[in-house]
Amino acid sequence: MADAPGQTTPPAGPITVTDPAAGRVGHGPGAGDVWVFVEQRDGVAAEVSLELLGRARELADRLGVKVGAVVAGAGAPVRALAPALVARGADTVYLADHDDLGQYLALPYTRLVAGLVRRHRPQIVLYGATTTGRDLGPRVASTLRTGLTADCTDLRIGDLEMKGVVTEDLLYQIRPAFGGNIIATIVSPEHVPQMATVREGVMVMPEADEMRTGAVVEVAVSRSDGSAAPVGGSAPAAADTASTGGASTTAVVADGPILLRDADFAVRIVRRAQEEKSVDLKGARIVVSGGVGVGSREGFALVEELARTLGGVVGASRAAVDAGWIDHDHQVGQTGVTVRPKLYIACGISGSVQHRAGMDQSARILAINSDPGAPIFSVAHYGIVGDLHKVIPLLIRAYRKKGTG
Amino acid sequence: MNPPVDNRESRRLRLVVLVKQVPDTANVTGEAMKEDGTINRAALPTVFNPEDLNALEEALKLKDRHGGRVTVITMGPPAAVGVLRESLFRGADEVILLTDKAFAGADTLATSYALAQAVKKAGAFDLVLCGRQAIDGDTAQVGPQTAEKLGVPQITCVSRIDEVVAGDGAVSAAAGGDDTAAGDDVAPRGRVVATRSVEGGFETLESSLPALLTVTSEANDPRPPSVKLAMVYKDIAAEALPGYDDTYLDPEGDEAQVCMLDRGGRPVCRAKVVQWDHAAIDAERDLVGLRGSPTRVKEIESVVLAQSEARMVEATEDGIAELVHELIEEHILG
Repeated sequence: MADAPGQTTPPAGPITVTDPAAGRVGHGPGAGDVWVFVEQRDGVAAEVSLELLGRARELADRLGVKVGAVVAGAGAPVRALAPALVARGADTVYLADHDDLGQYLALPYTRLVAGLVRRHRPQIVLYGATTTGRDLGPRVASTLRTGLTADCTDLRIGDLEMKGVVTEDLLYQIRPAFGGNIIATIVSPEHVPQMATVREGVMVMPEADEMRTGAVVEVAVSRSDGSAAPVGGSAPAAADTASTGGASTTAVVADGPILLRDADFAVRIVRRAQEEKSVDLKGARIVVSGGVGVGSREGFALVEELARTLGGVVGASRAAVDAGWIDHDHQVGQTGVTVRPKLYIACGISGSVQHRAGMDQSARILAINSDPGAPIFSVAHYGIVGDLHKVIPLLIRAYRKKGTG
Repeated sequence: MNPPVDNRESRRLRLVVLVKQVPDTANVTGEAMKEDGTINRAALPTVFNPEDLNALEEALKLKDRHGGRVTVITMGPPAAVGVLRESLFRGADEVILLTDKAFAGADTLATSYALAQAVKKAGAFDLVLCGRQAIDGDTAQVGPQTAEKLGVPQITCVSRIDEVVAGDGAVSAAAGGDDTAAGDDVAPRGRVVATRSVEGGFETLESSLPALLTVTSEANDPRPPSVKLAMVYKDIAAEALPGYDDTYLDPEGDEAQVCMLDRGGRPVCRAKVVQWDHAAIDAERDLVGLRGSPTRVKEIESVVLAQSEARMVEATEDGIAELVHELIEEHILG
């Protein structure tokens, strides 16, 4: 799917399926590839990006097209990523290595992704619904004047019948809306690429297959002030990476230039820091929260023990914070932090609307409450009616047994 | 398109806030619940989108500190004038209602195009602020897309504005489009420093002005409506002009004003709501509303908010052990 080196990027403007200049674009077999924008930091890909490669693989197989992974960064760490992306399902890795792409910034990354889309015409582009994906995706969509569906929880291929016209092989972009009260299926029938940001943790992480092979397309990035593009000298470096990093990438192909402009650097990073707070609720994969039912400050020790055992973080309802049993940093809900971990365990939390708003998007919710009528059970996937002071120790014991056996 | 720079305004900030009136999805009342347990969206009360209030608060704080002018723009049906009224009560100087049947059915792309056209029409600006996302759609897309349409940089998910330095007043909105990411003013430019929350930490960014920021609920506690301002505007009717409530107006003039009526039926000039349709903002008809929207809703499925959706697990050693086993099998627990 890689084009000849030096091919120019088509002019700005929307790419529509009826655009004669667009050639064989559109949907379905024989049209463009399925792309994933891969977020990376220090050479480590975001989990959601890898999850998306798995789903992209399924979508592409269904459509009979290839999977492309777009990854940008500076130097060796990003270069070393290519084999891992192939192992997770990419056929083509579009690698943009330039000093000015070392840190994510909306404008230069938009320039890059929109430029690559115009040149290679994928039919689908997926982003993780992270702060980066939700910063970049909309800017790219607006630049390309195409559709974008936010925060999808499912993606499928299907047909659309509208006004008697059937369009085959569209991307169904499925997402909750309206505060979770509805599930909407969104399509973008007349524009390509069809784009979506996808929530972390809803797609299954694909197994790494070190035997897969793929190509690295080296994107020649340069800056308008004349800084050199690394393409010539660095392409062999990618090949070296390929030969030492798992044997999964085979060919290295040079791609046409992407020109970053000085105006793209109107924003600069002053400071970047890991959370100084004692709790990182947002990034936690497991959150164990306590509410009024915990009963006391001492009672929270049990909640903390469960969190520690499962490798999770302690959360709390507003009532527990207001009672002074735990610090405000731990508060989940409308006036606290919104979390969407893989597993949320609500211990003795009745489940006010305000609390639910901060956790009901969790992948799985386990509610423990002595009141079978507690509203928390209406958003929970699993419910245990009982005294948390008895249930939590049982959970801890059951987990420790599984862990050792 | 932009009016000439008014030098008297230099170093005072020109702030634009984009707000939305939304159904109150967080407080679903019994009346809004249909018999089958699904939501009757039309019956939900409307509210000022919460994070847009945080954006307005940031604008008002900047005005308090540096001086300046706060212009609030909303797009919606005539009833959306409610959020403009709320903005006036909190200290906004100018309010603009974008309303037109042509805007109906807009997705985020068509919405941001209309908003960007309105911002340009409203004149030169230093900062555009809006909430990170609205609680009805939760897309968080309109902010960055409006920034792109305006051709200005964006900082999204802002939890704190650290510093704003106005330029010499010569900055103006860039023409927009792909190649004018930040305009090319020669004069000394202002800057904004803002901190945004990102996964596992935060980052502080500095941008040249003009720029667009999307603001999260972490940024502040919005001020309540001012009693003093409510007194100033006390005669303003909650509703717009008679005959204006159910349908979109198609004003004859470029800047048809919805003059609020006092209780005696006299127009009140102190608080006028500027009303623009798509022609007033020089918007191409094919780029607004449903026509300008690449996305279509194929299907909507109501989530039935019934009790006991949860699979109940026995509070016994065996029941809990089985649950833990299942969660490990599904890689929910590591």
